[in-house]
Amino acid sequence: MATMEQQLKGIMRWVDDRLPVTETYEKHMSKYYAPKNFNIWYIFGVLSFVVLVNQLLTGIWLTMNYVPTGEGAFKSIEYIMRDVEYGWLLRYMHSTGASAFFVVVYLHMFRGLMYGSYKKPRELIWVFGMLIYLALMAEGFFGYLLPWGNMSYWGAQVIVSLASAIPVVGDSLAVWVRGDFNMSGITLNRFFALHVVAVPIVLLVLVVLHILALHEVGSNNPDGVDIKKHLDEDGKPLDGIPFHPFYTIGHDVPAIVMFLIIFSAVMFFFPDGGGYLLEHPNYEPADSLKTPDLIAPVWYYTPYYSMLRAATFPLFGMPAKFWGLVVMAGAIAILFVLPWLDKSPVKSMRYKGLPSKLFLGIFVICFFILGYLGTVHPTPGRTIVAQICTAIYFAYFVLMPWYTSVEKTKPVPERVTM
Amino acid sequence: MSDEGINSKRRNFLIGATSVVGSAGVVGVAIPFVGSWNPSARALAAGAPIKVDIGKLVPGDIIGPIPAWRDKPIFVVKRTDAMLAALNDKKSRLADPDSLEEQQPTYAQNDSRSLRPDILVLVGICTHLGCSPKFKPEVVPQDFDKEWMGGFYCPCHGSKFDMAGRVYSGVPAPSNMEVPPYYYEGDSVLVIGVDEGTV
Repeated sequence: MATMEQQLKGIMRWVDDRLPVTETYEKHMSKYYAPKNFNIWYIFGVLSFVVLVNQLLTGIWLTMNYVPTGEGAFKSIEYIMRDVEYGWLLRYMHSTGASAFFVVVYLHMFRGLMYGSYKKPRELIWVFGMLIYLALMAEGFFGYLLPWGNMSYWGAQVIVSLASAIPVVGDSLAVWVRGDFNMSGITLNRFFALHVVAVPIVLLVLVVLHILALHEVGSNNPDGVDIKKHLDEDGKPLDGIPFHPFYTIGHDVPAIVMFLIIFSAVMFFFPDGGGYLLEHPNYEPADSLKTPDLIAPVWYYTPYYSMLRAATFPLFGMPAKFWGLVVMAGAIAILFVLPWLDKSPVKSMRYKGLPSKLFLGIFVICFFILGYLGTVHPTPGRTIVAQICTAIYFAYFVLMPWYTSVEKTKPVPERVTM
Repeated sequence: MSDEGINSKRRNFLIGATSVVGSAGVVGVAIPFVGSWNPSARALAAGAPIKVDIGKLVPGDIIGPIPAWRDKPIFVVKRTDAMLAALNDKKSRLADPDSLEEQQPTYAQNDSRSLRPDILVLVGICTHLGCSPKFKPEVVPQDFDKEWMGGFYCPCHGSKFDMAGRVYSGVPAPSNMEVPPYYYEGDSVLVIGVDEGTV
């Protein structure tokens, strides 16, 4: 009689001959060597995955009671909040999760900027990441219309009207997107389809590509040194440790627990985040004849919304509205080419010169200022501040080839430092 | 079959021809998917013209944002003689005082942007990003404009329009507010959404 262990091995061998389960597990988990000097900035990738799972699960459960029609949507949200058992909790998990998603993704992106994780050979990881960011913004935008509150309605109205800033075809394009002459239940219905089916599929595919590209070239680290340059006699990186169990158990699980504590605190005690996570006008049903006094998008879009509003003057015979669209689209598009703008010989901010540090610092400050300005009424003074910050936002990227190539960098160590 | 190597000319032709036919097929298949996003027959029918009774409208007053045509708010304003007289006082503050841009039917391309001088009919939507402007007819200094001449003010992004829906220069909105097609049925009934004689 074979022992239990031998039997299990036999079964595993049978499966492995037909599907590379063990090989895949080793490649991506137990024999994926990650640099041993990861710090707290390296938890946000895993956290975004945790939030993604939360969004998928709660989202599926919400669709079970949600009605995607102009007549039924708002009522079905009230029904979920009041009558469905734990409906309020599932919805708050989803709405808090949406904001948490952007928090961890923004921190994850900042980590990339700080440690040069986008630089050769990780350009594709960055590009896939940006596509994920774009898909996430689309997902958030489509989802925000679904409660069919008055802010949902007018927020979507403003963004869809952006299409009409495109010369010649703009107006018919806006009608085509809405499927109606104005925002209506028809628009709501198609946004629902995009939010629950189309975009999530794209998102999942992009996440797989992001991780496959990462595991092909290996993770960067706070020093930005290549751990594959120093291998032991088995060909394993001297400065690398297996992702599982060292990072999964030792690094990610504690981080996930900490994150869930903060997440729960917000979800249970401040589910509307003082009007920033769930906006107050959204407690009124959509009304196509009554514009809220202040239309502000949810906080994660406000930096770009500020840039849109910062374009107040016509140029080259095109109206200001057109340039607003160009600035906003350009602000996102320029992120994609970042890997080719950084000419620095070093990756990490630790070894870059003062200009890089200053630019990154004021870039982040401007991003916060723009984010704040997007939530308040524009005044002439605020518009000027927004214009200056928009200029700095673009300067960070456009001037990068210059300041990263002229600045004096520090010598990078051969091995990682702890 | 010959084994004298590959006929790459024929192979390239076949790859090219297959690609062209395949692309045509993709375009063809895309047509229903793209087309289904257009307004449906029901949405088009819901966009039919509406009738508004203006018999009880007094000078200086507005009907709107209800009624709605195509789910867009409609403004019907009966302007006073003073408002009409003041319309062309400060043309220099307007971006398009002579309504050169086609934001109105040709019969409304005049100083009052209307069929009858006193009755103004507008689509009550800001040409910036689609908010609904507020009616502020009083000629008094406002927070947003110390020399306010009366008109429409958009609370979203601060665009200003005069008592004929003409946009001020230096505001986010690029063009005058839209005048929908309309005509009078008798003295006091407005038909909004269609030109006279086209039904």
